[in-house]
Amino acid sequence: MSKIDDTKQIATDGQERMSNAAETGGPIILFFMIGVVLSLIVGWVIFPKLLYSQKEQPIDFNHVMHVELVDEGCESCHFFREDGSFAGAPTLAQCIDCHEEVQGDTENETKFVEAYVQKGREVPWLIYSEQPPCVYFSHIAHVKMGNMDCVTCHGHIGESTELPIYEQNRISLYSRNIWGKNIGGFKKNTWDRMKMDDCAECHVKEGVRQGSVQTAKGGCFVCHK
Amino acid sequence: MKIDRRSFLALSVGGAVGTALTPLPWKIQDDLAIWTQMWPWTPDPIDGENTYVNTVSTLCRGGCGVTVRKVGERAVKIEGREDYPTNQGGICNLCASGLQKLYGPTRIPYPMKRVGERGANQWARISWDEAISMVAEQLGEIRQAGQPETVACLSSRKYGSMPGLLKRFMTAYGSPNFMTTPSMTDAYDMTLKRMHGVEGRVGFDLENADFVLSFGSGMIEGWGNTVHMIRINSHWKDTQAVIKQIEPRLSNTAAKADQWIPITPGTEGILTLGIAYVIIKESLYDYDFVNNFSSGFEDFRNAVLSGYSPGNVSKQTGVDQSTIVTLAREFARARRPIAICGRGQGTVPGGIGEYVAVHALNALVGNINRPGGVWAMPRPEMDGWSEPILDASAQAGLVKPRLDGAGSTSFPFAEQLFNRVPGALMAGRPYPCKALLVYDANPLFSMPGVEAVREALQQIPFIVSFASHMDETAMMADVILPNLTHLERWEDVPATDGFHRPLIGLVKPVVEPQLGTMHTGDIVLQLAAALGGSVAASLPWKDYATCLQEGLSSHWADLEDNGYWMDENYQPDTWSFAFPTASGKFDFAAAGGDLKALFASAQPDGDDGSYNLKLIPYDSVRIANGPVGSPPFLIKIVSDKVLQGKMLLVEVNPETAHAAGFGEGERAVLKTPLGSATVRVHLTEGLMPGLVAIPRGLGHTAYDSYLAEKGINANDLIGSVEDSASGLDAAWGIRASLVKA
Repeated sequence: MSKIDDTKQIATDGQERMSNAAETGGPIILFFMIGVVLSLIVGWVIFPKLLYSQKEQPIDFNHVMHVELVDEGCESCHFFREDGSFAGAPTLAQCIDCHEEVQGDTENETKFVEAYVQKGREVPWLIYSEQPPCVYFSHIAHVKMGNMDCVTCHGHIGESTELPIYEQNRISLYSRNIWGKNIGGFKKNTWDRMKMDDCAECHVKEGVRQGSVQTAKGGCFVCHK
Repeated sequence: MKIDRRSFLALSVGGAVGTALTPLPWKIQDDLAIWTQMWPWTPDPIDGENTYVNTVSTLCRGGCGVTVRKVGERAVKIEGREDYPTNQGGICNLCASGLQKLYGPTRIPYPMKRVGERGANQWARISWDEAISMVAEQLGEIRQAGQPETVACLSSRKYGSMPGLLKRFMTAYGSPNFMTTPSMTDAYDMTLKRMHGVEGRVGFDLENADFVLSFGSGMIEGWGNTVHMIRINSHWKDTQAVIKQIEPRLSNTAAKADQWIPITPGTEGILTLGIAYVIIKESLYDYDFVNNFSSGFEDFRNAVLSGYSPGNVSKQTGVDQSTIVTLAREFARARRPIAICGRGQGTVPGGIGEYVAVHALNALVGNINRPGGVWAMPRPEMDGWSEPILDASAQAGLVKPRLDGAGSTSFPFAEQLFNRVPGALMAGRPYPCKALLVYDANPLFSMPGVEAVREALQQIPFIVSFASHMDETAMMADVILPNLTHLERWEDVPATDGFHRPLIGLVKPVVEPQLGTMHTGDIVLQLAAALGGSVAASLPWKDYATCLQEGLSSHWADLEDNGYWMDENYQPDTWSFAFPTASGKFDFAAAGGDLKALFASAQPDGDDGSYNLKLIPYDSVRIANGPVGSPPFLIKIVSDKVLQGKMLLVEVNPETAHAAGFGEGERAVLKTPLGSATVRVHLTEGLMPGLVAIPRGLGHTAYDSYLAEKGINANDLIGSVEDSASGLDAAWGIRASLVKA
């Protein structure tokens, strides 16, 4: 075979390959795109649904109704104890002050009195904002000394008529409110997330002393005692 | 469209790219990191309201005021109560570990009866009604048969409402056999009876003493009130009091003293008399007290001068003559000298001669019922209780001699001699014991010569235990009626021996009863009700709390408000009124009898030349050796010079060890006439040559894996030795040998 023939042959092979590529190029991009789209759907939509289990609160508590009836707002029930520690969710003993008998005509109250008050059982409230045991958080330092209001971290739960579904991370067992509702971790409001970075962000912004009081060194021990 | 390998690759790459654009990988990483911190076995601190309850701890003998911190309903921390008179904020390590006794797994959860062989630890759960009627039926039958005296009751405490209630039950039932486990309390009570003529209890105004001669008392190792004594020891550093510790082993007390004087074990009484010899010979004694407020001094003087010259004493005790003379002069010339005894924690009383000699030393310098001295104090009484009612059966039973011979012509000054009970039971004299009630005591661990005690208890057909935890004695019982623990019950705790103010502390329930157990006081009241008649009439209270409140009605307001009652201004009787003896004076002759025989010390078994060493037990504040076994926290702080795994290390002087061919850590067999055990040798200069020392409180066979089978029980190897003059257990140790394993 001559040199010219060789050149022709090479050109022909090249054309064939190019036409093959043109034939399969579409499907490859298509499959690539399908992969991208599917994984985006899995990551943004399906994954959060799998990651969190949903639990209903034992009693659907109506904050609005209660806030109207009490004098001191949130602190009427979520109060500071004499020693300065924060009581958190009310215990049965506090509820009984008003609910020894059924007061109104709501189904929830009847359920509450019958299932808990009459049996002397504590209500197993699911705490949306519960931080893990390794975190020391002082409410009094923030609310009384830092003059922060409840909404800054807890949002507008006090204005709700029913309790949201409690979502629990199946791996870490944390409440979803710690990471935030947005699976991407994006937040618009201060109360959207309660991770360490969110604490730090506010501390930096407010110029809170970062070091530990005892050691004046890095701030780990301020919260992780 | 052709789907081939490339399509899948494209799909995968697209998937990877897409996934990277979702939060999935980063969120999973974050959650997995958190998951590793959330292991289910990691304990979480519980959340809730913090409350504090003041009560008194009964685990050790100190009876310290404690504050228990609770989170919600859970008790989480026990700390010393700042404003309690004895401990003032301090706490011993046993009582600080008290939560493990409350929540730990060795608790007996409900009443049980034995179903297997005795001691096989096989039980069947029974109801409280069944348990109480079972015991009441047995006791009723014995009483019906006209033998109420054959029922005995053992407690570890002598004072307070619970021993008081049990004693009252026994009295109304018709048995003279209420006993307490032996301790230095018995010896000091007897000394006060013989020399002061009073039924009192001893107090030491140690705070104000400026020269302390301690004959082996482990002052900072659990003698008296542990925490109070540690505080006083610190206080002495401020006041520059001089402390001389006389004992064969360099205990912590000896190490902290101004001088450690090593002495041949068991000869402390002889040294005391040698010191008395010098004081008398050199006329250093308090003339006013001796001449005007004492009797029997001539007898005492003659007995001392005839046999206890420093030369003679030095030979027997191994203490230099010059040291004896110096000690005597320093002691007599100090402003407020005090001499105390009771070896270690005082769990074995010792011979009465030693106590009389030590007390005589205090009397020689006139330091009786004076600031910085030894005080005879009133016993705590349940003065709100009326006298029990005795029917004919009770009266007939109560005139019978006691099983232990206490109060008999042989031992007229003794109130209880439980150490003599095993011998009596084996001999069946004066009569067999048909039932034994055991409250807050574990004689099958804590009595010297455990094996003899075990054999003796086998002779008793019906043993009832009120133990909260499955200890060695509970395992031998036929029925267990478990008591509430110290954090679940009401009780009173009079101050420990040695505290010089009348003091009663109130034990209050800190938490609700955690298991199906019941207060022994309530059980006793129910037993009495079931027995009916005068027994029921003598114990008429509806529950123990009422009975307690009534008994202490004169102090109840203080007890309720402060958690304790104390007579802060208490002063002992002055010399003119303090001694209701025959002569109306302090009696150096210790109520007659042969003083020489009194001072002769009893010697342990095995003195036949086949044992070349002496084994002595020692007490440590890190090991519980009373009725309560060490909780896990306590075992963790036992030094590895004492316990390595399950192996006990015995202390031996290097000189003795090398002579026997032992090096540090080598295995050896420790033999005594009572038994043998494999141990390792730990060399220490802090022990006199010729001795072997082992701690008390290890070698349990009961309890959990933290405690059981660790080390050896000193009481397996060391027996009881009866002091012929008093019946008390005088054993300071035993002859022993150490041979290659």
